Amino acid sequence: MEKTKFSRGQKTLVQAKITPALACGLHCIKIIDYGVKIGTTTILHNVNLHIHCGKLTAIIGRNGAGKSTLMKAILEELPHEGRIEFKNMKSQRSEKLRIGYVPQNINIAKNTPTSVYDLFASFISNSPVFLFKKKRLYRIVKEQLKMFEASDLIDKSVCDLSGGELQRVLLSIAAMPIPNLLLLDEPISGVDRNGMELFYTTIDHLKKNYDLAVLLVSHDLDYVAKYADHVVLLDGTIIKEGTQKEVYESEEFKKVFGNVLLMNS
Amino acid sequence: MNEIYEILENIFPYTWIEYDFMKNALIAVLIITPLFGILGTMIVNNRLAFFSEALGHSALTGIAIGVILGIFDTNLSMIIFAIIFALFLNKIRRKKAIATDTIISVFSSFSSAIGLVILSRGGNFSKYSSLLVGDILSITNLEILYLVIIFIVTLTFWCLCFNKLHAISVNEALARSKNIHVNLIDNIFVILIAFIVMFSIKWVGILIINALLILPAASSRNLASNMREYHLFSVLISLFSGILGLILSYYNNTATGPTIVIIASIFFFITLGISGKVK
Repeated sequence: MEKTKFSRGQKTLVQAKITPALACGLHCIKIIDYGVKIGTTTILHNVNLHIHCGKLTAIIGRNGAGKSTLMKAILEELPHEGRIEFKNMKSQRSEKLRIGYVPQNINIAKNTPTSVYDLFASFISNSPVFLFKKKRLYRIVKEQLKMFEASDLIDKSVCDLSGGELQRVLLSIAAMPIPNLLLLDEPISGVDRNGMELFYTTIDHLKKNYDLAVLLVSHDLDYVAKYADHVVLLDGTIIKEGTQKEVYESEEFKKVFGNVLLMNS
Repeated sequence: MNEIYEILENIFPYTWIEYDFMKNALIAVLIITPLFGILGTMIVNNRLAFFSEALGHSALTGIAIGVILGIFDTNLSMIIFAIIFALFLNKIRRKKAIATDTIISVFSSFSSAIGLVILSRGGNFSKYSSLLVGDILSITNLEILYLVIIFIVTLTFWCLCFNKLHAISVNEALARSKNIHVNLIDNIFVILIAFIVMFSIKWVGILIINALLILPAASSRNLASNMREYHLFSVLISLFSGILGLILSYYNNTATGPTIVIIASIFFFITLGISGKVK
């Protein structure tokens, strides 16, 4: 079962390491006319967004602006209007979009006997983790974790991981196989400064070396300023987008955030 | 069947095994307690304790509906009702907007009250009171066959779908992004719980069936550090409590289900003590 999973032309990070497919910038993901209504309340309307591979697009906005809702709509967790288009600009052909997702948190209570291997294998393989530890799979998982500086964690209990460690593990799960679009939902809660720095440099590395686009929901304007290629200010719909500078200096930005002081800019 | 009886007599050369009803009871314990151990792991992980409790209570309603409709075999109405009830509760549970425990509790009490009212019409409830505590010695050959079928179905499901089920319990959106059919797998899981609870309720009893599902897994969590240990300890504890409980209940002339629960509870407290020292 597991064999077919990997051989379906899906490039794993491990395999990709040998022949890195550099970000070509030729794939374009278009979010067209997205809208979400819950009951009679409109949460999002007329969201149109182009996301290019090899770029980190950050979504910012006040609480309740619909950032997480947009994520959920892209993941098809919520009923929504509009559609997503994924095109190879060179051949002008539409392809099937593969989405990787790093959730905000996971449902693992203290004392849960789940090791990182168990967690990882559950998402990428069908060989039952409650019966045996498959050697080949164990190696693949370890290799993949290594890319995210997390290979030491493989036998640790998931509930004992620090916020930063857990984020790296989740990121490595989301990146296997390499998705076309990587969604990161506020990945920095409960993570210390070093962990955050490591997290962002890893994403930077990912987007530069592999053919994928990153869409990030963030509260941390400093990190957005430092790492994002494209910034989207959301408030029910996109009210401003552009480079970090264009957005941060706009009237709309000041209206939402006031005059914030940024540490890095 | 006779061959199995002989094997059992050879393995357990004691007086209690001489009776056929004890052999049947032992076979039932050997089949069903490992299942409790296995299913319990994910019931505890998914925080479904409340849910399986409610499911147990729904047995009364299912039987009552069978009585009203004049169905000859009330087991049938019991199982059908339990499956509908399980799917319904699962749907509510997944709507995270509502306080799930409260809602499940309301439906659980409501349905068991309906069952009790109907079954106690004309002061006839004593006919059904054995359902509350259960009677393992009454188990028939046919019922053992049913248990074997459920055993095979559950193990097959577990081997094929455990990873997916585990992935769903960790994070649904993440599971969905990996192309896992979240609703389908989750619904099959609760239907399985419904089947197993309904088939064992007659000999375990409504009052304590949930304890048998939860206790082995809860004890195992105190010791295990990965999924393999979790399942292994849970199955062993469940099996051991089951066999010991059956034998003790025979010699002390007590109800079997509660005896098993007492032993499983003792296990829980021992493992809790051990884990406190280790961690």
